Amino acid sequence: MKKVSGNIFLVLIYILLYAPLLVMVFFSFNEAKSTSVFKGFSLKWYSELFSSANTINALRNTLVLAALSAVIATLIGTAAAVYIYYCRSKAWKNTLDVVTNIPMMNPDIVTGVSLMLLFVFIGRLIGAKESLNFMTLLIAHVTFCLPYVILNVLPKLNQTDPHLSEAAQDLGSTPLQAFFKIILPAIMPGVMSGLVMSFTLSLDDFVISYYTTGSSFQTLPLLIFAMTKKTVKPDMYALSTLIFVTVLVLLIISNIIQAKSEKKERVGK
Amino acid sequence: MKKQSFLQRLLGAPYVLWAAIFIVVPLLIVVYYSFTDSAGNFTLENIKSLVDYKEIFWISIEYSLIATVITLIIAYPFAYIMSRKRESSQRIMMMLVMLPMWMNLLIRTYSWMNILEKNGIINNLLAGIGLEPLKMIGTPGAVIFGMIYNYLPYMILPIYSVMVKIDKSVLEAAEDLGSNSLSKLRRIIIPMSMPGVVSGITMVFVPSVSTFYISQKLGGKIMLVGDAIEKQIQSLYNYNLGAALSLVLMVMILLSMALMKKFAGEGDGNLYV
Repeated sequence: MKKVSGNIFLVLIYILLYAPLLVMVFFSFNEAKSTSVFKGFSLKWYSELFSSANTINALRNTLVLAALSAVIATLIGTAAAVYIYYCRSKAWKNTLDVVTNIPMMNPDIVTGVSLMLLFVFIGRLIGAKESLNFMTLLIAHVTFCLPYVILNVLPKLNQTDPHLSEAAQDLGSTPLQAFFKIILPAIMPGVMSGLVMSFTLSLDDFVISYYTTGSSFQTLPLLIFAMTKKTVKPDMYALSTLIFVTVLVLLIISNIIQAKSEKKERVGK
Repeated sequence: MKKQSFLQRLLGAPYVLWAAIFIVVPLLIVVYYSFTDSAGNFTLENIKSLVDYKEIFWISIEYSLIATVITLIIAYPFAYIMSRKRESSQRIMMMLVMLPMWMNLLIRTYSWMNILEKNGIINNLLAGIGLEPLKMIGTPGAVIFGMIYNYLPYMILPIYSVMVKIDKSVLEAAEDLGSNSLSKLRRIIIPMSMPGVVSGITMVFVPSVSTFYISQKLGGKIMLVGDAIEKQIQSLYNYNLGAALSLVLMVMILLSMALMKKFAGEGDGNLYV
């Protein structure tokens, strides 16, 4: 009896979690313009979507921005994690730790506004016509991705055996060689998860982008925001459904890969 | 040895510079804007006019606290039941909790607006069976509901991840020593899951108290701090007042997190030796 009521509870919460997604998928196939009255099945919103230069443009912008900010954040962040790991001064280490935590603790709106004010301030100083543009957006994205890279890499560094790299150096390799041959392979999983996390955070970000982008550069979340200011046509739902299906497929694939590698590990043991 | 430390500095330099310019300086700029007027002269006007926003701050805190408590009440048993399932089903259930988070918050919230609005899906269904339509959009309940819905996974995840780590043998030992379910819950499960609860609370409270989209779409005329900041910055271009509001929001959140940390640090000491 207890088990049954527990399961009912779980199912109810899942229904709640998925209700708006079901509505979205359902009405993306609506023949009428409405997103609350269903008139008949149609794919016209999907075809309209692909013929809209605006959407394609925003999709491209989002992917370019996410790829660039993930790569930059991963490079700087990995180097920073190694630096912090070897840092000897405890006070300096703590200071860096606090600073790294700021973008994660601050609400997005404060991070966005504070960066925007910095850009506006600098823009005024150098007399720029428009102080916000693609560069400012990229800087903002790298800034909020950096802490996640560092926090993914640092634990991996703590797990590595410090004697390994010392041993390599005793055997005649330079510190650089020791880093690339010993440390980097050991922390690679952390680096990769930092990269993936940065990429997805950047893809999904709306709030910080909203404050730090210029009028000329629009990403998908910004486009969706602009679309939801007016009454929405089902084309936005069609767009969201496509994003959702893409994410679902990627998640299923990564889960299968993960399950397989875990199985292998177990067999290996 | 010397060479290595030069290399190290070279590694750290980009991040130290980046963090100084884009993390630390922006916070100082927020303080600067809060205490100046649009011409850049020192003024206390922005800080003084915050008095008018007392009400807005208060309802933001109130709504997000209510949302956080309800989220905890839902997430705690959810995470507990999930952590008792078979391992293979746990993986799938976890994925199903995370999946909606991959959908942009804007879309999920807009979709709820479609469900709850005056001519929305629920009211259409009610009309179909001959009932009066309900007014849901524009009520505090709708805003709080939006917060709960959007941030529920942030509460489930950390609680679940500490609950799966509770050793089954500890529970069995307690049973052997005569504990009933209630004392097991009170003495073992709740204390051991405290760290997860604490991080869940911050992960729900912080985005809730600073949201502006949820209140815009589900709240009608209801205004939260996030809305006030957005209005000052994006439509009135009053960066100085916007900065002052952000400053207060930031200080408020940092203070409450420090308090939480202190409270949590004292709370879980006994079992984490």
